[in-house]
Amino acid sequence: MIPWLPPALTDLLIEAAWQTLLMTFGGAVVAVALGLPLALLLHTTAPGGLAPNGLLNRPIGLLVNAVRSTPFIILMVAIVPFTRLVAGTSIGTAAALVPLSLAATAFIIRLFENALREVDRGVVEAARAMGATRTQIMARVLVPEALPGIIAAITVTLVGLVGYSAMAGAIGGGGLGDLGIRFGYQRFMPDVMATVVAILILFVQGLQSLGDLLVRRFSRR
Amino acid sequence: MSDPSGPRPAIQLQGLVREYRGRGTPMRALDGVSLEVAPGGIFGIVGRSGAGKSTLLRCVNLLERPDAGTVTVLGQELTRLDEPALRAARRGIGMVFQHFNLLSARTVAGNIAFPLEIAGIPRAEREARVAELLPLVGLEDRRDYYPAQLSGGQKQRVGIARALASRPRILLCDEATSALDPETTEEILALIRSVRDRLDLTVLLITHEMAVVKAICDRVAVMEAGVVIEAGRVFEVFTRPAHATTRRFVSEVIGHVVPPGTLARLPDPNPGEERRLLQVLFAGPSSTRAVVSEASRRFGLDLNIVSGRIDAIGSEPYGLMALAAYGPPAAIDEACAWMRALGLDVTAIGEDPA
Repeated sequence: MIPWLPPALTDLLIEAAWQTLLMTFGGAVVAVALGLPLALLLHTTAPGGLAPNGLLNRPIGLLVNAVRSTPFIILMVAIVPFTRLVAGTSIGTAAALVPLSLAATAFIIRLFENALREVDRGVVEAARAMGATRTQIMARVLVPEALPGIIAAITVTLVGLVGYSAMAGAIGGGGLGDLGIRFGYQRFMPDVMATVVAILILFVQGLQSLGDLLVRRFSRR
Repeated sequence: MSDPSGPRPAIQLQGLVREYRGRGTPMRALDGVSLEVAPGGIFGIVGRSGAGKSTLLRCVNLLERPDAGTVTVLGQELTRLDEPALRAARRGIGMVFQHFNLLSARTVAGNIAFPLEIAGIPRAEREARVAELLPLVGLEDRRDYYPAQLSGGQKQRVGIARALASRPRILLCDEATSALDPETTEEILALIRSVRDRLDLTVLLITHEMAVVKAICDRVAVMEAGVVIEAGRVFEVFTRPAHATTRRFVSEVIGHVVPPGTLARLPDPNPGEERRLLQVLFAGPSSTRAVVSEASRRFGLDLNIVSGRIDAIGSEPYGLMALAAYGPPAAIDEACAWMRALGLDVTAIGEDPA
């Protein structure tokens, strides 16, 4: 299929590409599902927010920073017991998804927070003056108004996950990055390395273009 | 304080205090403000930025909670309500903002329907209400536009329609025309006046422009440093400002009575006589009488008209004139007393400041 590679490697490449897709999108789905509510919580409990609450805001903020400042390769091995608890195993693609999701969640929370902070305070005030509840303000004002920023944050996170997933090989997660290391680097097969890098570049380009398109589509400013 | 026989005030603020505690000394934005707004009126609060008017307006629907004092709107004491009851009460109070504060992700129709959506009104009813409101603010052909595609005046029309969507009895306007050019300002003010007339509204607005007060308000309160320094009917406050700050505000729209430089051109008085500059305010029926020539004949004075103008505040005409009176001091005093007896407002103005 890929003329300059032996057929066996082509099969490995397809499997690795599939694993990369799984880790990238799987991690992103978890990151958005956990990150958006947490970012809303951080945003509203911040000083000057809708419901300032330092007792809630500071510990969560601290935890997010702790995860963000731990190098991913260390995070992966440090949370092995937790991974085993969640995924039932500590090796393989499913196991790699656990630290990937955790790191991506911490990362996307800060990006979401920035997007929410960009929402005009006046619009929130107008909603309050109309008698909107906090939940209504979050669901009907903050998230829709921040949507272009939220989409941009998801795009950046997806691209980041592509990079992180290359390290997942350390716990047997597989993926394109792992293939590049094992064959391209450790077995001196520069053509494999070049192919892997080329595929990753195309993949990231595709993600970025799609993200930019969606941001423009939802931007009404 | 309130007249038991009169109509219940639409808005009643009593002893409002609001303090901002920063790192330094606490700043008192409101220092004991009491105010009553009669139903059906357009009440203006005017003051420089930082005078506390914005805080005061935000206290009416409790976007800001006063540290002390009570807020009563349409007989309901908002300061005693819990959150859910307060939210319900806020639906009866529309608010219009300086920077419009429209949702950028929603169309004109979506923005107008927003407060109805918040209130849980079914879709069909929301759409019917939007269809009623669009022509009221003259935006029938902009239904599906996004705010970014509208001019400032159009955005404010959306803001007004949105504020009126849930049929409030009170409309709060926070510098609603301050971001608009003079022509658009007039349009928006005319719109506010016309919706007040048509919809049985009470309007409370804040502004730093006296021209806005002159154009549409019937009563005005002047604020400075967190207190109301003067309040009353716009005509009274404009024609007889009691406080120095009010006089400065009023002079913005009324203009200076004596244009600078005129004094140098006035002749000196004869020996034994005096030259006195008088400001004469005509209001009501006396404005039609030939007061100047009669005073001149009766008291043997030379009366030189330095400047004069006739204008109207709301529907009430008034004239403002500066006279240079030449003659014996006693005769000038008599002439002043005579004019005052006719109901004119006569004040001696100093010769120096201009």
